[in-house]
Amino acid sequence: MSCQEPAESTGATLTSQARIALIGSPNAGKTTLFNQLTGLRAKTGNYPGVTVSRRTGAASVGGKTVTIEDLPGTYSLSPVSPDEQVVADVLNGQLVEAEPPDAAIVVMDATTVERSLILVGQVLDLGLPTIVVVTMVDELADRGGFIDKAALQSILGVPVIEVVGTKGIGVDDVRGLLADPTAWPRPVITPPADPAGQAAWIDSVLESVLHQPPAGHKKTAAIDRALLHPVLGVVIFFLVMLTFFQVIFTVAKPLQDWISGLFDDAGTWVEENIAWEPLASLISDGILGGVGTVLQFLPQILLLFLMISFLENVGYMSRAALVMDRAMGKIGLEGRCFVSLLSSYACAVPGIMSTRTIPSSRDRIATMMVAPLMTCSARIPVYTLFIAAFVPATMVWGPIGLQGLVLFGLYLLGTLSALVIAGILKRTKLRSDKLPFYMEMPPYRMPGARLVLTQCWDSCKYFLRKAGTIILGTSILLWILLHIPVVTPPPELNEQQATSYQLQHSVAGSVGRAVEPVFAPLGFNWEINVALIASMSAREVFVSTLGQITAAQSDDDSDITTSLQNDTNPDGTPVYSPGTVAAILVFFVFALQCMSTIAVMRRETNSRRWPLFAFCYMFALAWVGGFIANTVVTAMTS
Amino acid sequence: MAKRTSTVTPGSLAGLAPGESARIDRVEGFDDPVGQRLSHLGFLPGTMVTTVRRAPMGDPTIFELRGNQMCLRIAESNRVLLTVDDLDSP
Repeated sequence: MSCQEPAESTGATLTSQARIALIGSPNAGKTTLFNQLTGLRAKTGNYPGVTVSRRTGAASVGGKTVTIEDLPGTYSLSPVSPDEQVVADVLNGQLVEAEPPDAAIVVMDATTVERSLILVGQVLDLGLPTIVVVTMVDELADRGGFIDKAALQSILGVPVIEVVGTKGIGVDDVRGLLADPTAWPRPVITPPADPAGQAAWIDSVLESVLHQPPAGHKKTAAIDRALLHPVLGVVIFFLVMLTFFQVIFTVAKPLQDWISGLFDDAGTWVEENIAWEPLASLISDGILGGVGTVLQFLPQILLLFLMISFLENVGYMSRAALVMDRAMGKIGLEGRCFVSLLSSYACAVPGIMSTRTIPSSRDRIATMMVAPLMTCSARIPVYTLFIAAFVPATMVWGPIGLQGLVLFGLYLLGTLSALVIAGILKRTKLRSDKLPFYMEMPPYRMPGARLVLTQCWDSCKYFLRKAGTIILGTSILLWILLHIPVVTPPPELNEQQATSYQLQHSVAGSVGRAVEPVFAPLGFNWEINVALIASMSAREVFVSTLGQITAAQSDDDSDITTSLQNDTNPDGTPVYSPGTVAAILVFFVFALQCMSTIAVMRRETNSRRWPLFAFCYMFALAWVGGFIANTVVTAMTS
Repeated sequence: MAKRTSTVTPGSLAGLAPGESARIDRVEGFDDPVGQRLSHLGFLPGTMVTTVRRAPMGDPTIFELRGNQMCLRIAESNRVLLTVDDLDSP
């Protein structure tokens, strides 16, 4: 346990802090209770050897501290998914600690008492000191339901506490009991495990607690009538998706411009105020240019996570999964895979992490293998830069312009290829295992702002850490590689040609030229190759690298768009011919240019083979696609 | 609305039309993972279950039982067999 504690003899019963497992089914209000018991001092990480994220937090009461472990939501202690396996293993003392936890809190949604009792019965069977927390009692009362808490307590033989998580009612009662969890009573009754026995046990419990089930959730029924209507439901679904993307682009744009302006100003200030030119260039072109290019996407990513978290907690994501399940079933996946793929439009990293809710490991791997093909926000800078610079802004039909169509086409190409490849994988290597498909439809509930913001912040932290580490590191490294070794350019070159000469003869330039034979069929020159290699750290780096190269080459302060348009080969032809631009765009649709995605895939599949496979097949698609794009577009435009 | 193409087992939950209720007789193969999970989700003998609505494309279907809504595909709901004489009574 904690290494700051004074040395004590080992053994679970003698450890300084009691460990309490928090168990409950999804949507039962477990996470809200956890946040309230532990404040925002949760530690997130991963369970050793598996891919399930672990949340632990400390709760202090009466000078004593206990550790609460927020176990993944589960309907049953007989596992069928990795998340559920973790729950079972932690409770059996086969994971994290060699001993089972000291006590258990089982969370039970008052509006679904009948079903929740099954899990409660299984937890009681463990024989741990246990308390039962009944959540959503306010909703039960509003909907005309009833349970007798005192009777429930006496029939279960363990303390029962009612809470209203969103209002914080009852949380102090739970906290009061935390001081000495080992003193909680162990259950005396052990409910039967066979279906008929379970059903009888549940019925007897329900009878003695005078259970009145709540009336149907009227709001939910009304909303579902519209949202799941055969025609209207599909229309609304597409409208929600459309709004989703529209908000990301339009609302985030001013914020994005503001951040990018901030970094530009900082760069200018550095250039004016730092006298030693190499240092000024490193800070302004290398660090501020590189990190700034990426950080300007923070508003988009923040909004996207905010919307995903909101839609998830309000209950819409389950409906979206339901609407899409049949279509996803056609390619051998299920509705929840759609939600993961949808998140991958923001970033494949959270998309891949969200596959944990998919019970079937084969469906999970298939989803992870294609998630990077969904157009993530890191591709947006590449797409928008090249489309704005090289695709004419002509109107094709009404308000629909050619630029928008090309962007839409790139999204469509990525999405369709993801579905096709998932279909192929599911028909070959990942043919379905026989796991049941089931999904709870929670009633629509307005989530607490704190829950949504906490989840959103957790995801953004990951992005910021990436910008602060991987992208900062690459930016500095790349700047150095572009500037060493220092060569003396031939005297007849002008200043701009001299800079270009230096860049070409730098370490990065040499690498870019060494791989020229590989990328020549796609129409890429050494600059593009350098940027491609650099963008392995993250796709956004492609733009910042080209920015660094062209900024160094261009004579004045022209922006990157103009520099790209004016960039020429030694023979005077433009570097960015239509064929090359098409090849770059198509290459970015397919290529797995992202170390973070590869790393998270490695972690989530717990294998090296799958990320390697993903990288190779996507590179092959990218190269072939780029080659075809270059050939076709060159033929069409010449 | 799309047609429900998969085969529906007669007398199973898959055949219960939206709005209708019935009592569960048993779940086929409750000792395999699928059947066991269905019973842990509340599909237990004697439980009343109502078909709420089908997804816009006809499958999966939302069922209401034991106070909450759970959706299953035809393949799973085929395994939940209903008590015959209860089929038409509420």
